Amino acid sequence: MELEVHVIHYLIVSTIMMFCGIYGFFTRKNLLALLISVELMLNAANINFSVCNRYLFPDALEGHFFSLFGIAIAAAETAVAIAIIINVYRNVKQVLTDDITDLKG
Amino acid sequence: MDYTILILVLPMLSFLILALAGMKMSHRVSGLIGTLSLGAVTVLSYLTAFVYFTAERTAEGVHSSMIPLNFEWLPFTNQLHIDMGILLDPISVLMLVVISTVSFMVHIYSFGYMKGEIGFQRYYAFLSLFTFSMLGLVVATNIFQMYVFWELVGVSSYLLIGFYYTKPEAIAASKKAFIVTRFADLGFLIGILIYGYYMKTFTFTPSEEQLMQAGMMLPWALGLMFIGGAGKSAMFPLHIWLPDAMEGPTPVSALIHAATMVVAGVYLVARMFPLFIAYAPQTLHIVAYVGMFTAFYAASVACVQSDIKRVLAFSTISQIGFMMVALGVCTGTNPHDTGLGYMAGMFHLFTHAMFKALLFLGAGCIIHAVHSNEMNTMGGLRKYMPITHITFLIACLAIAGIPPFSGFFSKDEILTACFNFSPFVGWGMTIIAGMTAFYMFRLYYGIFWGKENKELHAEHVPHESPLTMTFPLMFLALVTICAGFIPFGHFVTSNGELYDIHLNWVVAGTSIVVAIAAIALATWMYAREEQPVPAMLARRFSKLHRAAYKRFYMDELWLFVTKKIIFRCVSAPLAWFDRHVIDQFMNFMAWSTNAAGEEVQPLQNGRIQSYTMWFFGGVIVLSIMLLLI
Amino acid sequence: MNILSFFVLIPLLMLLGLWLAKSLNQVKGVMVTGASLLLLLAVYLTVDYISLRNAGETAEMLFTQSVEWYAPLHICYSVGVDGISVVMLLLSAIIVFTGTFASWKLQPLTKEYFLWFTLLSTGVFGFFISTDLFTMFMFYEVALIPMYLLIGVWGSGRKEYAAMKLTLMLMGGSAFLLIGILGIFYGAGGETMNLLEIAKLHIPSSMQYIFFPLVFLGFGVLGALFPFHTWSPDGHASAPTAVSMLHAGVLMKLGGYGCFRVAMYLMPEGTAVWGDFFLVLTTISVVYGAFSAIVQTDLKYINAYSSVSHCGLVLFALLMMTRVSATGAILQMLSHGLMTALFFALIGMIYGRTHTRDIRQMSGLMKIMPFLSVGYVIAGLANLGLPGLSGFIAEMTVFVGSFQNADLFHRVCTIIATTSIVITAVYILRVVGKILYGTCKNPEHLKLTDATWDERLAVICLIVAVAGLGLAPYWVSNVISGSVEPIISQLIR
Repeated sequence: MELEVHVIHYLIVSTIMMFCGIYGFFTRKNLLALLISVELMLNAANINFSVCNRYLFPDALEGHFFSLFGIAIAAAETAVAIAIIINVYRNVKQVLTDDITDLKG
Repeated sequence: MDYTILILVLPMLSFLILALAGMKMSHRVSGLIGTLSLGAVTVLSYLTAFVYFTAERTAEGVHSSMIPLNFEWLPFTNQLHIDMGILLDPISVLMLVVISTVSFMVHIYSFGYMKGEIGFQRYYAFLSLFTFSMLGLVVATNIFQMYVFWELVGVSSYLLIGFYYTKPEAIAASKKAFIVTRFADLGFLIGILIYGYYMKTFTFTPSEEQLMQAGMMLPWALGLMFIGGAGKSAMFPLHIWLPDAMEGPTPVSALIHAATMVVAGVYLVARMFPLFIAYAPQTLHIVAYVGMFTAFYAASVACVQSDIKRVLAFSTISQIGFMMVALGVCTGTNPHDTGLGYMAGMFHLFTHAMFKALLFLGAGCIIHAVHSNEMNTMGGLRKYMPITHITFLIACLAIAGIPPFSGFFSKDEILTACFNFSPFVGWGMTIIAGMTAFYMFRLYYGIFWGKENKELHAEHVPHESPLTMTFPLMFLALVTICAGFIPFGHFVTSNGELYDIHLNWVVAGTSIVVAIAAIALATWMYAREEQPVPAMLARRFSKLHRAAYKRFYMDELWLFVTKKIIFRCVSAPLAWFDRHVIDQFMNFMAWSTNAAGEEVQPLQNGRIQSYTMWFFGGVIVLSIMLLLI
Repeated sequence: MNILSFFVLIPLLMLLGLWLAKSLNQVKGVMVTGASLLLLLAVYLTVDYISLRNAGETAEMLFTQSVEWYAPLHICYSVGVDGISVVMLLLSAIIVFTGTFASWKLQPLTKEYFLWFTLLSTGVFGFFISTDLFTMFMFYEVALIPMYLLIGVWGSGRKEYAAMKLTLMLMGGSAFLLIGILGIFYGAGGETMNLLEIAKLHIPSSMQYIFFPLVFLGFGVLGALFPFHTWSPDGHASAPTAVSMLHAGVLMKLGGYGCFRVAMYLMPEGTAVWGDFFLVLTTISVVYGAFSAIVQTDLKYINAYSSVSHCGLVLFALLMMTRVSATGAILQMLSHGLMTALFFALIGMIYGRTHTRDIRQMSGLMKIMPFLSVGYVIAGLANLGLPGLSGFIAEMTVFVGSFQNADLFHRVCTIIATTSIVITAVYILRVVGKILYGTCKNPEHLKLTDATWDERLAVICLIVAVAGLGLAPYWVSNVISGSVEPIISQLIR
């Protein structure tokens, strides 16, 4: 039995990653865990971009570029987010979402 | 006749001067301003009367009416507008004379009566205002001008009744007088509206064509107007304000509530008389029956009152009833038979104004002397106040209908007219005339004879009033003695034709006999020191006596209607409804908006996670919908 | 420049002046100068208007001018006046003038108070000179909003509640109004916002049936139409003196004016269909307001309910749709504006001294403050329709006019409405008897003083206006009835 990797397999992986991310985003209270979940979702999207490009439009490169672009965004976003989290932590000694409500109206 | 405008302008000016600058003046100056202007008005009125009645009669043998002044005051439509002007015809000239005479006398009298009172200037200002409005009322050229002045008269009466504004009774009385007459004026107003709409004019003398348009509505209009007249003239059941109005200063009662304002209703009916006769004879007879009942009712109440001004007030109501009856029993305009009542009513108006003003002014002297209105503080006053006594007696004889005093002649004409109409009315009025004689002499004996209240008189000796007060008494007494011989029928008759007053000896004889019998009865009952008969009667018929003393509970009935029904059952629930239903509904709307906001608010809890959860849920729902479609 | 634009320009300059003013005296100086200028301008305009009319000018509106300021929706700054707006402008100028003096001693934040006060008057004047639907609506809002702050900041009692209630109800009304105005705009083809031009076009009947009630209600709320009148008692009770004066005196007139000029003029068919319904409501207003006033114990509540009754009479007369009754309605607006302003001024002055408005706690004030008391009696007499004062003229014109409508239903309504003259007498005399007459029982009150010069000036001005209108009604009535004519002929066509 020849093991062949089809587009569907990639998509399964990315979907699992996506839902793990969503699940994590909904359930976790820790800001860092949230950040990781967001990264998961972003990367799931990146995988999709690359895969679709590779299989559907082999001649084009937009998908790959877009995933590269996504990675860059993710890096920047993580940097900003971690900076915010550290600052929040400095101020309130907490990184749990339930406890950070000072800005709520 | 251009100077007639001064008759209105002078009192108005004196009112303005006294109202604006009165407080800066001394009593004497302000009184003089009022009195002098009124004196001038009186002279002008007499001059007007003289010129008017000595002028040539027209070919039909009547004094033609004149309008020396008329201008448009408030336009409504091309045809309908309120004019202000002066109309001179026999009855308005007659009223000018009556009003200016009585008013002038009252002005002089008040010098003594109101001496040293606080608000003396205000008093004279209000007197001027009243005189102005009353004169304006009688010379009105159209029904709406009459209404305008009618209201002004009502207000000046309100102000004068409430002159002693620190006295709770005076406040209540003034309020009552105004509101009751206002209520009646509502009828008047609606009457005018109907009249104006269907006739397309407010004048007293619409053309034939206009009368044709009005058709069936005229009796209604006239009937409603009569309600207004009944209010001012204190016809049953709108009479309740008049006895209370006696809370005002006594000269005011003499002027307004005896001689002038209260006969405005009679004047109104007389003014509309040609229309009444031609188009609404039934309404006119209703007037007669209302007048007769009122006359009877008031006379019976007057028999038992103990406050002398109240007795006089009820006597006034009763006498106005006589005038109304006189007008009401007319069935045509021939002054010799069917229209006799018109002349008789106006004649009685004239004589009554004089002797009733005299009675009130006399009562004022008495009150001035003993400082009370109650009969039990009086008695035996003839020794102390000879002039008042004699003049009062003259007035009593006049009102009782004893010849040769003026009341006899006018009352005799009224009775004749009543007998012409129907024996029932005739005999009824004769009996009421007898009652008049009885209660007036009860009053007379109670004041001047009877048992003297020695302690009180020893403490404070009653004295005759100063000349300013006795002069008007003597003048009016003189008029009362002479007025009966005025050939009144030469001046005022139902169609303006000349009519010689002649006595109907059957009627006159009967009425004299009845009057003398009544006086004799009163003498027997009240002239002595001890009065066993009235006491016994009061005991025997205690319920009736009490009911009559309480004026047959009419005031209580009115109080019940106003206080209990209007106040408690209409106004209070309405106000409650407004605050608790309508307003609460508005509050509820505001509250429900607020509450809805409160309900939705938790959705925006600031948690990104719950937002994304909603967002994700939305995405799923949308994708499912997309799939299904 | 058009003379009418000065009515907006002067208040705007006053705003600038107030903003720059450094001291209290400068603030008052600006106010007095501005208010007097406005009054003079209004008088001048009136005289000019009458002389133009006498010279045979027949155009419906005079002094017209139009400048487009938002082309996509054809919104213009169009101004123009007819007799109705002229008398309304005169009324507003008188009230602003006297209102300035009535708030002479107001503390604290005097400058800010006068700023809002002036802004409010800008809105009022702007409203009366506009002939463009949208501009009119804009000025209407300008007049409404300062009211919230004026009551909320400078008021008394439950002021926040009252301010909120008043603003919300009136804003609710203007929401209806906006829809209605847009409906009219598009119904008339979406080409013009000018009233006079729309009046010549025909709005489809089906649209009139929908939008008439919206516009009428929108303005009716401000005109205290039953059952949307409840802002009036609370609002008036809490507002400071001059604001009550301006509000009852002028702002409530915006309602009646708008109902007539916008709702009825532009949508005659809607009026025909909805007229009877609203007539019932207004008849209820007239009688209901009067009855409710009888049992109130707060002076301002009494007057607020009395205003409900009298303003009800305005709308009532308008809906009678005869020339005389509409003239009466405008006269009633004028007369009610003056009388109520007088009333509220006096109540404010009495309240400023006794610190109570409860009629059960006052008595015998006649002896203590004769000037104010006499003023109060005169205001009362004007209110209950004493001939020679303005109330009589207005009421009689209304009743005579209403009676010209021969329909039985209208007749019945007229007769019900006439009963209000009796009820009015009851509540006026009740108050006069209770607080002015009698003997003073409160020793605190014995020390009080009578009116000061600024108060006397305000009261005398108003009394002169009330008496002037009452004694010589001929010219006012003529000016108004000439201008009512085109609107009424539109209605009964």
